[in-house]
Amino acid sequence: MLTILFDGIAYGMLLFVLACGLAVTLGLMNFVNLAHGSFAMAGGYITLILVNRNGIPFFAALPIAFVATAAIGALFQRTLYVHVYAKPHLDQVLFTIGLVFMSVAAVDYVMGSQQQYIQLPSMLQGQINLLGLNVGKYRLLIIGICALLTIALQFILAGTRFGSRLRASVDDPRVASGLGIHVKGVFAVTFAVGSGLAGLGGALGAEILGLDPTFPLKFMIYFLIVVTVGGTSSITGPFLASLLLGIGDVAGKYYVPKFGAFVIYTIMIVVLIWRPQGLFARSTAR
Amino acid sequence: MAQPLTEGISRYLAHRASWHPLEIAFWALALASVFFLPNKHLILTEIAILALFALSLDLILGYSGIISLGHAAFFGFGGYVAGLLAKHNIVAEPVLALLVSGLAALILGFVTSFLVLRGSDLTRLMVTLGVSLVLREIANQMDWLTGGADGLQGITMSPILGMFAFDIAGHVAYVYCLIVLFLLFLLARRIVNSPFGLSLLSLKGNPLRASAVGISVNGRLVAIYTVSAGYAGLAGALLTQTTQFCSLDVFSFERSADVLLALTIGGIGYLYGGIVGSVLFKLMQDYLANLTPQYWQFWIGLVLVILVLVGRERMASWSAPLRTLLARIGPRAGRPVEATRPSPAEGP
Repeated sequence: MLTILFDGIAYGMLLFVLACGLAVTLGLMNFVNLAHGSFAMAGGYITLILVNRNGIPFFAALPIAFVATAAIGALFQRTLYVHVYAKPHLDQVLFTIGLVFMSVAAVDYVMGSQQQYIQLPSMLQGQINLLGLNVGKYRLLIIGICALLTIALQFILAGTRFGSRLRASVDDPRVASGLGIHVKGVFAVTFAVGSGLAGLGGALGAEILGLDPTFPLKFMIYFLIVVTVGGTSSITGPFLASLLLGIGDVAGKYYVPKFGAFVIYTIMIVVLIWRPQGLFARSTAR
Repeated sequence: MAQPLTEGISRYLAHRASWHPLEIAFWALALASVFFLPNKHLILTEIAILALFALSLDLILGYSGIISLGHAAFFGFGGYVAGLLAKHNIVAEPVLALLVSGLAALILGFVTSFLVLRGSDLTRLMVTLGVSLVLREIANQMDWLTGGADGLQGITMSPILGMFAFDIAGHVAYVYCLIVLFLLFLLARRIVNSPFGLSLLSLKGNPLRASAVGISVNGRLVAIYTVSAGYAGLAGALLTQTTQFCSLDVFSFERSADVLLALTIGGIGYLYGGIVGSVLFKLMQDYLANLTPQYWQFWIGLVLVILVLVGRERMASWSAPLRTLLARIGPRAGRPVEATRPSPAEGP
């Protein structure tokens, strides 16, 4: 029972790191980015290449994956995404589905279609006994890293000047730019960091979620659930939603394997009917 | 004042509904394909089915502005119903089974239509996607009925109307699909050119104002969503009947994405977009799949990205000179004179 909770939390934390970038871009620019998973996959494969082929230590590869994915994100944002922000949702959906298809086929071409695993250092394998509970070392590491990241994100959002600019831009872009905040610049930085976080999540999650070219399609729905259920107006909403989803999914697969993913989708639909703005959304004027 | 107004409106509606020579030419071309492209009937059947599916999506996307990422839900549902009806010999005659399948999808559409009434575009995306995923999961788990991941096997189709048996080259299947497509197209054309269709367009433009002039927004949305679901179900049933097989693939996200893509290529909101788009999409897919069997998705994705970056409107405007030329050729075409159009000042 506790093990399930533990695994669920690890899974949920991972989902949060993967999806929080999406939550911010969606909330900030009202931009539906279905290709978010592609950045996560990029991070996963970058780590895979670094660790398995070039022998770079796992812990050194993680920051590289973050920076590299953030750079890719920034590049895409500057060259492609900029043109699509002002377009209707339908165009955004089509555009990002197009990107997903391209990334899936491109990765398939370069890396092959089989599922791949990152070689973990031996110190991360196996289990340790923690307060009478056998937990996987790797999952413990994920929880640790993700918790640190969450705290850091919360601090940046709540305590720094950039954070207050970002929050202002999310709440009302027009007024924010009227006050002299460079909303587009804020967004560009956020998009890059969000993509980087997705890449980091993809690198960390390759072991648990699996890494193959269809990754963006398989987990797209999960990211979107986190974002829509959690709401896009804060970072705590998506965080709680990720934990709920993670625990719900692991527990659902353990207790009622017959229904599988059925539980998650049904809960999502019910939540969205009940509160279309998300479970933890503030009631804003918009 | 009321008399000329209503007269003007009915004249305007009649004008909207009149047949353009180009439309007649289009269907003549479709008919010609039956006789002149006999060795292409297999892919033409696929095109006709995708076209019907895209037509159903056009009804909700083009005429009421609902973006759906899970339209495959109804397609798959119709497909499975048709498969089960044929497999267990409940309704053996294909045309009747087709109608029953469409009706089943129609009912499912009515039930789920209430889910898409609320929320923003994003919520609708998620709910429609969620519905298709839930159905896929149900079909996967109920393997005693649906065959689970193996798909529904052992379907044998009876001859259509007891006379025309499906042949291996797919001639009968193509004619059958084309007739169904044409009849349903006529119905869709009738629907969108009716006052009901106009009211849909108005609420797509501005739901708040539409409800202010007395249009029941939710009622209209439920109605068109239900009809559209029925259309999608019929398309799915056609697929099962012509391939004599039905698998979980019918519910997949890719199917919903493909139909959205086909519709967008052809253009949204004039009914022919789905059909034209399906032809282009299938030909492109066929060509690319021959070229690079494994990676054709990349090029499809590239087409999508370019399509959006260039802009759908701009692409439409490229063909504008051509369309105005055609409009001049047409006898009753051209824009209606201003007087026949009901203007707000003439209101009672």
